[in-house]
Amino acid sequence: MRFILVLLGILVSHASQALPALPVTEVMPGIFVHVSEHHWPDRDNHGEIANIGFIVGDDCVAVVDSGGSPQQGIALHKAIKKATTKPICYVINTHVHPDHIYGNRAFKEKAVQFVGHHKLERAMATRGPHYLSKADELLDLRVTASNIIPPDLPVKDSMTLNLGNRELVLTAHPTAHTDNDLSVYDKKTNTMWLADLLFLEHIPVIDGSIKGWLNELARLEKNHYKLVIPGHGPLVRDWPVSLQPQKAYLTQLASEIRAMIKQGKTLEYAVDHVGLSTKQHWQLFEQFHRKNITIAYAELEWED
Amino acid sequence: MSKLQKIAYLLMILPAIALAEGDDITWNNSLKNQFFAGKTIEESNAVIELEAPYRAEDPAIVPVKVVSKMPQTQDKYIKKIWVFVDKNPFPFVGEFEFFPESGKADLAMRVRVNTYSNIRAIAETNDGKFTMSKKFVKASGGCSAPIGADLDEAMKRLGKVKFRLDDGMQVGQPTQAQLMISHPNITGMQMDQMTRFVRKSHFIDQLHVTFNDKPVLNAKIDIAISADPNFRFYFVPDKPGELKANFSDISCESPTSRAVCKPGEHYSQQYTVTP
Repeated sequence: MRFILVLLGILVSHASQALPALPVTEVMPGIFVHVSEHHWPDRDNHGEIANIGFIVGDDCVAVVDSGGSPQQGIALHKAIKKATTKPICYVINTHVHPDHIYGNRAFKEKAVQFVGHHKLERAMATRGPHYLSKADELLDLRVTASNIIPPDLPVKDSMTLNLGNRELVLTAHPTAHTDNDLSVYDKKTNTMWLADLLFLEHIPVIDGSIKGWLNELARLEKNHYKLVIPGHGPLVRDWPVSLQPQKAYLTQLASEIRAMIKQGKTLEYAVDHVGLSTKQHWQLFEQFHRKNITIAYAELEWED
Repeated sequence: MSKLQKIAYLLMILPAIALAEGDDITWNNSLKNQFFAGKTIEESNAVIELEAPYRAEDPAIVPVKVVSKMPQTQDKYIKKIWVFVDKNPFPFVGEFEFFPESGKADLAMRVRVNTYSNIRAIAETNDGKFTMSKKFVKASGGCSAPIGADLDEAMKRLGKVKFRLDDGMQVGQPTQAQLMISHPNITGMQMDQMTRFVRKSHFIDQLHVTFNDKPVLNAKIDIAISADPNFRFYFVPDKPGELKANFSDISCESPTSRAVCKPGEHYSQQYTVTP
């Protein structure tokens, strides 16, 4: 038995040694981000398509989204060890989507607390079986329930984490991109990590509520941030200018769908006709636009 | 890769390609015998035709439609239509009963499609014949899951009902009605170690629509129906009256067995029709 364990240990450490640290950039003092390219999650990229990273305080480190695959989680772990000797104390999952949580297990240690929206655990429970059952076929990943780690610290409205001379204010948002969106605000540098509440270049993906999302954007738009980190797309240093394309897209979608519902047009019709003029502005339009219409229509038809 | 390797590789993946375009394995091995033992079913689009998108854009909400190719008359009519999503964990979507008074046995609804699958509709006409129409649907993958996006919102509205009728309704003519029911239709598929927040399956299982107390549509439905069940069907407004929907929900221990279930609430809603 001991021999097998040793062998396993060698194999595991070998596998992780072979893996290079994830490239990250220090975008503000102590804030490190890996900015991803825009791809449909598939067997080549293994779902490693989201912006992920970490924030370093005087005492410890908070991971913000762990990656789209167990391997990317390990690579991110390495990037942290390269950047600092401080221990990791928190893993913050900004929402349930696999490209943000499948690296969780690389950080599972006694001293590490997982943090998420208070509805994250339920979303993990209900979506987990489906995600896991598709991971091999769609992403070429072997993952189990142990890769999806529910939060130890659920955030109801907001919560402040202190990393040592660095306070992070976490906000649990009402349903927007999903029903479990959590943002991370770094007081020290006036940086807002919005994750998938903000998309640039990559078409926004609605998996929660179009109305709720527009409401949250209207609220966030009034704030002043030095830096905003989106879940998909380049870093934003001109807030709220870079928010406008996403806001315009969602606004147009909502208004065209409302008009069609009023005219008695069906969901099937809406899917083929809404928002086609927005196509040129977005990458992965073909993959997500019809889904967005579907989910928005199903929400807006209950409005009155 | 050598030429031989390439050929070997092609031979290996050919069956996979064939399967990807929709196979009948589940139908042939279980569904057919489970639901239609001893029956002859003709595969044709002559009686009904199933319409479904080639790709399930959102696996939680896939619009499908059964279009009938004959009017409903007292002499000849479609009695029943069954719908299945072969590869779903629970393939049975629903069993829908129609009447001459339905006018037209068309039916549109939204279903959950877990993975690449054939969707099929089987019609039984009053002469006892069975006809089947099917469509292959590609699952969309990505970050979607075949459940609702906002469970709490659906729970808040639970039991709310809306009717919508086509404009330009004509007395005595088949008229399309849309019935929308707010209900999360919880599948009960969830990770066991994290179930403390989630209910067991909880879905609408029975639906009866009448016009002036005459049956229009009876349905026995299951978890494959999307959250906020939504149906479009026909009825014949021969005079002013009440279109009425009665339905009930149920909760089952297992998402894929109906052996242990507990009946839930009854709901009723009516709508005044003035043609």
